[in-house]
Amino acid sequence: MASQLLRRAIGSRSTQFFSGSANPCPTLLSSSSPVARFFSSTSTPITATLFPGDGIGPEIAESVKQIFREAEVPIEWEEHYVGEQIDPRTQSFLTWESLESVRRNKVGLKGPMATPIGKGHRSLNLTLRKELNLYANVRPCYSLPGYKTRYDDVDLITIRENTEGEYSGLEHQVVRGVVESLKIITRQASLRVAEYAFHYAKAHGRERVSAIHKANIMQKTDGLFLKVHQLSIVAREVAEKYPDIKYEEVVIDNCCMMLVKNPALFDVLVMPNLYGDIISDLCAGLIGGLGLTPSCNIGEGGIALAEAVHGSAPDIAGKNLANPTALLLSAVTMLRHLELHDKADRIQDAILNTIAEGKYRTADLGGKSTTTDFTKAICDHL
Amino acid sequence: MARRSVPILRHLLTKPNAPAFAAQTRSVTYMPRPGDGAPRAVTLIPGDGIGPLVTNAVEQVMDAMHAPVYFEKYEVTGDMPRVPEEVIESIRKNKVCLKGGLATPMGGGVSSLNMQLRRELDLYASLVNCFNLRGLQTKHDNVDIVVIRENTEGEYSGLEHEVIPGVVESLKVITKFCSERIAKYAFEYAYLNNRKKVTAVHKANIMKLADGLFLESCREVASKYPGITYNEVIVDNCCMQLVSKPEQFDVMVTPNLYGNLVANTAAGIAGGTGVMPGGNVGAEHAVFEQGASAGNVGNQKILEKKKANPVALLLSSAMMLRHLQFPSFSDRLETAVERVILEGKFRTKDLGGHSSTQEVVDAVIAALD
Repeated sequence: MASQLLRRAIGSRSTQFFSGSANPCPTLLSSSSPVARFFSSTSTPITATLFPGDGIGPEIAESVKQIFREAEVPIEWEEHYVGEQIDPRTQSFLTWESLESVRRNKVGLKGPMATPIGKGHRSLNLTLRKELNLYANVRPCYSLPGYKTRYDDVDLITIRENTEGEYSGLEHQVVRGVVESLKIITRQASLRVAEYAFHYAKAHGRERVSAIHKANIMQKTDGLFLKVHQLSIVAREVAEKYPDIKYEEVVIDNCCMMLVKNPALFDVLVMPNLYGDIISDLCAGLIGGLGLTPSCNIGEGGIALAEAVHGSAPDIAGKNLANPTALLLSAVTMLRHLELHDKADRIQDAILNTIAEGKYRTADLGGKSTTTDFTKAICDHL
Repeated sequence: MARRSVPILRHLLTKPNAPAFAAQTRSVTYMPRPGDGAPRAVTLIPGDGIGPLVTNAVEQVMDAMHAPVYFEKYEVTGDMPRVPEEVIESIRKNKVCLKGGLATPMGGGVSSLNMQLRRELDLYASLVNCFNLRGLQTKHDNVDIVVIRENTEGEYSGLEHEVIPGVVESLKVITKFCSERIAKYAFEYAYLNNRKKVTAVHKANIMKLADGLFLESCREVASKYPGITYNEVIVDNCCMQLVSKPEQFDVMVTPNLYGNLVANTAAGIAGGTGVMPGGNVGAEHAVFEQGASAGNVGNQKILEKKKANPVALLLSSAMMLRHLQFPSFSDRLETAVERVILEGKFRTKDLGGHSSTQEVVDAVIAALD
């Protein structure tokens, strides 16, 4: 653990030094450097990229920074904003330097981003996904104690393959009035997400992995997805001598029905792109919406980009009304990815306790608090 | 009718809390054409798993009501390579079929018989009505959603191939023709049933051409029905809305796969697939079955204990009776089922009770007027 941190720190230092003069874009936050200095005595801080994003993004990012500072998390933020014009190197409003920063740091946190309307550029999320090879989207969904929804025993993880499937973007018109859209499933991508799912389940002490599919209809594509998972679990069992994780396969329509009837039936769900999109949003609905759901994207080479998946809510931007919970919980998943479990637990407990207590809640949860009050309450609960 | 309604009215007046069912307060009678009382033949496919159990329930209730239908029964099971020709012939002749679930074998290159039947008879619209039954406690109230799903193309085209080893492709086909006719059917349904809103479910932000074509067709049809509100929702958001605010939805029109998911989600929030009626309909024929999960035939345990829930198929056969223009039989059946559910004494396990299929059937028969 310590050596890993050291390596990370050295790695990031040297590259920063190297690129510092070449591009002025990544600026170390002056506000976080005292913390960094304070921490350098005990452990070397980890550098993480932060995209505050648009709309309410900067406010909720500020909230995260404040809480991390208060919890003495050894993280130094490297802030990046979406550029003013299209960067030709990325064909998008995201600059190359921003992407380099994530590649270098291997961890990042991203607020909501509004993709500017217009042609000739890629959407911001798509750029991040493609450039950083973010192949899996992980969303832990758990009921927040004290915040009542109609479903109160949700505790599941959705893992979504993020690079292929129905979202291949390959479509064409065969003849007038007939359109085809291609769904691509590859062994390589399925294997990657399968391994991650089983790894995740093991690392987080989960017991069961359910692969969600529609292989009764799409026998070859979803069939391949399932087969890879079967092989992967068998390989694990052989390697580890004992089967510590149960594996099952559930047809997507049945999964939808079971989820809304009894969400406690599921533990970890792994699925191709479209199903993942639908099921992860459905699960978010179970616990109270995207404003409470953390999300983390896993990329090749151990990159983790945590993000808030809700919109940028331009109507309440700058009014100090936004709910930072999703971004905070995402930041917590980032800490878990870095294996800073004690810090993650502390912050997560503080968030949950604050919401459970119910004295400070933002308007979307039926309270009257401002973002700063809510943030302060969390700091007090640390 | 007048003679009938007087005692009922008196009954209602003495018991002000008694549930007033629509059937009992009807003031205008249905005037059949001469000969409409002649019994009609209906093809019956008991199917796999719990299928025979629940179709038998329907047979018993139909007998008890002396409903003017008789069944031509055919044994079909999910592991057959094809639906036998005589079954198809029978449905072509009778135009109406009632069917239990047919299991879809996983892998092994056998295509789903449910799908074959839809394809062969061009049953292009699947309809599932998801609503709260009175007296049945569920997580959501005021759910009354009709999901109308395109049944013949889209993700279920069955066109798949391996490009190179380890890379497979599956084609989703959307045509203007099919999109238009399903949109027309949805709006027609809304118009005929006094529904106020039609929602198109799509993912056109990603599948710009395919789902785009579907939406374009819906919009065109919508413009011809100014009295019906039309809106669009992205499928992932739709599922999220369904589990948080389902009351906002009325009629939904969807391409094939999304309809499957949306119908099951909607069925789940309103009480489960065991109580949701539905059917598949085309220009010529109609096949009635339990609303959601045609391929889900229950597990062995339910089968052995004979505890499958017959409510979904009973309500589906009520839909069938109305389709055959026997409205009063349909009303009687629906009323009886609703009474049994409301009373709550006889419910199967999925509704929180302990009754067997037969006990529920007996209760329904006893509750018939």
